[in-house]
Amino acid sequence: MARLNINGSIRDVEAEPDTPLLWVIREQVGLTGTKYGCGIAQCGACSVHINDEVQRSCSIRVGDVKATDRIVTIEGLSSNGSHPVQKAWAAIDVPQCGYCQSGQIMAAAALLKRTPRPTNQDIDEAMTNICRCGTYQRIRAAVHMAANDTSRT
Amino acid sequence: MKKTLRGNAAKFSRRTFIVGSAAAGGGLALGFNLPSGFDPALAQSADGGAEVNAWVFVKPDDTCVIRIARSEMGQGTITGLAQLVAEELECDWKKVQVERVTPGQNLARKRAWGEMSTGGSRGIRTSHDYVRRGGAAARTMLLQAAADEWKVPVSELTVADGVITHAASARSLSYGKLAAAAAKVEAPDPKTIRLKDPKDWKIAGKPLKRLDTADKLDGSKIFGIDVRLPGMLCAVIKDCPVFGGKVASYDEAKIAGRPGVRKVVKVKDTAVAVVADTWWRAKAALEALPILWDEGANASVSSATIAERMKEGLAAEVTNGDRRNGDALKAIETAAKKVEAVYSTPFLAHATMEPMNATVRVSANKAEAWVPTQNAEASLAALSEASGVPLAQCEVYRTDLGGGFGRRGGTQDFVHKAVAIAKEFPGLPIKLIWSREEDQAHDFYRPMSQCRLAAGLDANGNLVGLHVRICGQSINATLNPAGIVNGKDRRQLQGLWEEPDNAQLGYTVPNLLIEYVMRNTHVPVGPWRGVNTNQNAGKDPLDFRRALMSKHPRHLAVLNAAAEKADWGKPLPPGVHHGIAQFMNQGSTSAAVAEVSVSDRGQVKVHRMVVALDCGYVVNPDQVAAQIEGTVAYGLTATLYGECRVRDGRMVDLNFDSYPIMRLAEMPKVEAVLVPSGDAWGGVGEPSISVVAPAVLNAIHAATGKPVRQLPLKNVKLV
Ligand code: FES
Ligand code: FES
Repeated sequence: MARLNINGSIRDVEAEPDTPLLWVIREQVGLTGTKYGCGIAQCGACSVHINDEVQRSCSIRVGDVKATDRIVTIEGLSSNGSHPVQKAWAAIDVPQCGYCQSGQIMAAAALLKRTPRPTNQDIDEAMTNICRCGTYQRIRAAVHMAANDTSRT
Repeated sequence: MKKTLRGNAAKFSRRTFIVGSAAAGGGLALGFNLPSGFDPALAQSADGGAEVNAWVFVKPDDTCVIRIARSEMGQGTITGLAQLVAEELECDWKKVQVERVTPGQNLARKRAWGEMSTGGSRGIRTSHDYVRRGGAAARTMLLQAAADEWKVPVSELTVADGVITHAASARSLSYGKLAAAAAKVEAPDPKTIRLKDPKDWKIAGKPLKRLDTADKLDGSKIFGIDVRLPGMLCAVIKDCPVFGGKVASYDEAKIAGRPGVRKVVKVKDTAVAVVADTWWRAKAALEALPILWDEGANASVSSATIAERMKEGLAAEVTNGDRRNGDALKAIETAAKKVEAVYSTPFLAHATMEPMNATVRVSANKAEAWVPTQNAEASLAALSEASGVPLAQCEVYRTDLGGGFGRRGGTQDFVHKAVAIAKEFPGLPIKLIWSREEDQAHDFYRPMSQCRLAAGLDANGNLVGLHVRICGQSINATLNPAGIVNGKDRRQLQGLWEEPDNAQLGYTVPNLLIEYVMRNTHVPVGPWRGVNTNQNAGKDPLDFRRALMSKHPRHLAVLNAAAEKADWGKPLPPGVHHGIAQFMNQGSTSAAVAEVSVSDRGQVKVHRMVVALDCGYVVNPDQVAAQIEGTVAYGLTATLYGECRVRDGRMVDLNFDSYPIMRLAEMPKVEAVLVPSGDAWGGVGEPSISVVAPAVLNAIHAATGKPVRQLPLKNVKLV
């Protein structure tokens, strides 16, 4: 049994302590926007925010998550797709298949929180998630666009 | 959100769609617990609105629902096909919605939507004509309905943005008001339908936003891996790591009492699956389950032993298909200068971002599958075959794919395996998800191959003879043995053919011999995004190529377009070098110029790729550009890192730590140059991948003075 704070609500879940947070989010909590890609912290498809920092949830045991840790998944990033990163992603039509994009968006949102005006090098270093469809060029452009948007608001 | 689908054949008019197997089963009532946004039922008249024809359903609020038969895996086919229908329909693009046809529905309506297979870049190139005709026929019927209503000749009507106007009497009606009447109008004789000249396109040909972006931004899109149904159990599978091996035994007692575990299932002699209430519990249990394998005859095969066989094939007497003109061997023998080189490429996995999965429910007289598939009809056939339930009582609900790249097409191994497990749980949906490791261990790989190239040049450096011999595994031998005729397998020489329509070699060589030698292994192979003939013969500059291409104007125009955009021949920053390549496949010609530098330590950096493509007609330039960007990333990953090594008969690179995928920091600036010739409809999703590696390798050659003849580059010492 674990108590989690996900997207602002408290959830009690039935899961063995060594279950990866990713699978608890997907199966016990039922939020499937966070994806499984590799299970070994390589691809970033499972990225969520924990206390405002981006983390690869496939490699965090649910038993190591405190009830006070604030977990935010893609479903909780904004209530209506209005986060500057989501808007920039839409404006540039970033996604192809879309499978990696929850993770990409969570990584970008965390980057902008930390570094509101990222350089190309900041983006290179922070955006390490895999996109097999190869949307990287648009991801870079959309991060810059979202940065401009964030700084205006 | 709970959705219930109802089908009641009796209520519907002749034209109204009858939900797939309801036609056979006498009514369909399914309870779904799928999140909203995924509803496999087609819009029906009972819900308001009317189906004008198979492609177009119009709602009372003027929303035009366009039906899509091809699979969306990121390539934008939904948007592109909808643009083509909408263009002829003359509807308001802002009011377009799409819905996905199921193969059961297609079958029940005598394939009203044609072929559903989505591979070989054929989503648009082989269906543009009939989908446009579908849109045009619906428009004609709507116009006729308005003419009947007002008792005026059709010729006095105009239509724009889904509104039909009779100027003389200042009357107008929108499609939503006319649809029910239009549905009763006789469909026009196909021979009378005249399609618009692409010059006049207003919706097609434009860089419109994709229709399917919103739910990819907030996590609400339901991929196959996300499907959840009432009572569903989850399964994880492990196949014998050595291809062709079998399960010897397993010790189920060792995992007895683990939380959530329901059953261990032996799947077809070769695999073991664990079924549990959650996937993670199933996976943890499978890892704890002791399994003994009978690895069979192939347990000692390795990449090295396979390479030996290929090498032998390069010198073999008997070949399995060729193309020839003149006497290449003699021309090379007697040439002033002779060049010879051997190239090699490894097995590659598709590594779709979404691992293989399928959800299946089998009951006594019904079988259903929810599956990301590139070929929904093949999924339906596999479901019926594996479950023993007649085709008419089977249905497949397509989810959009988290990547396809050729992996989710004809093989349908994921459906077969899911059915085998689901049969053990009658009436319960079973979701089978492969782990990434299983996905890498049991792909149908891009074949390993070697190629020997011998060329003869005259005293002026002109090419007088060329002999290309490719040795490798046959995709047909694994997937389509009928494709090999009298021992000859033409498919393996794709891109080197003489025939102009699809995959023609773009060079004219006076004496040419191209041969294929088949050497099959125990590793299953299949199509992998694009055709990957390694054309790095060219250490030769642009002019050398141009001279060979005068009889191939379509190839040449694309080569020139890429060279021009890339400022070929103009100075580059210090240390940066150009490489160029061109190729034709899936009916499109493409060319690329790469700008590459190689550091003192042999580190390759690709700075910029200019890629030109002639796909005949461009339906959405922004999406064609996106596909080109994607082929550069997919092609560069293969060039830099791609390799699946075989050791002890099994694949050893089982996750992204040892099968790396290119990341954002390595992505070059990609510039797409679209040069549609209007000659023929070509593919978009794959063709340009073939020029990525050769352009980069030729640039590396320019940088280091040494040719690269082996992929991936991670294994090659460049300086
Ligand atoms: S699934 Fe967590 S990093 Fe890949
Ligand atoms: S959009 Fe398909 S993997 Fe990134």
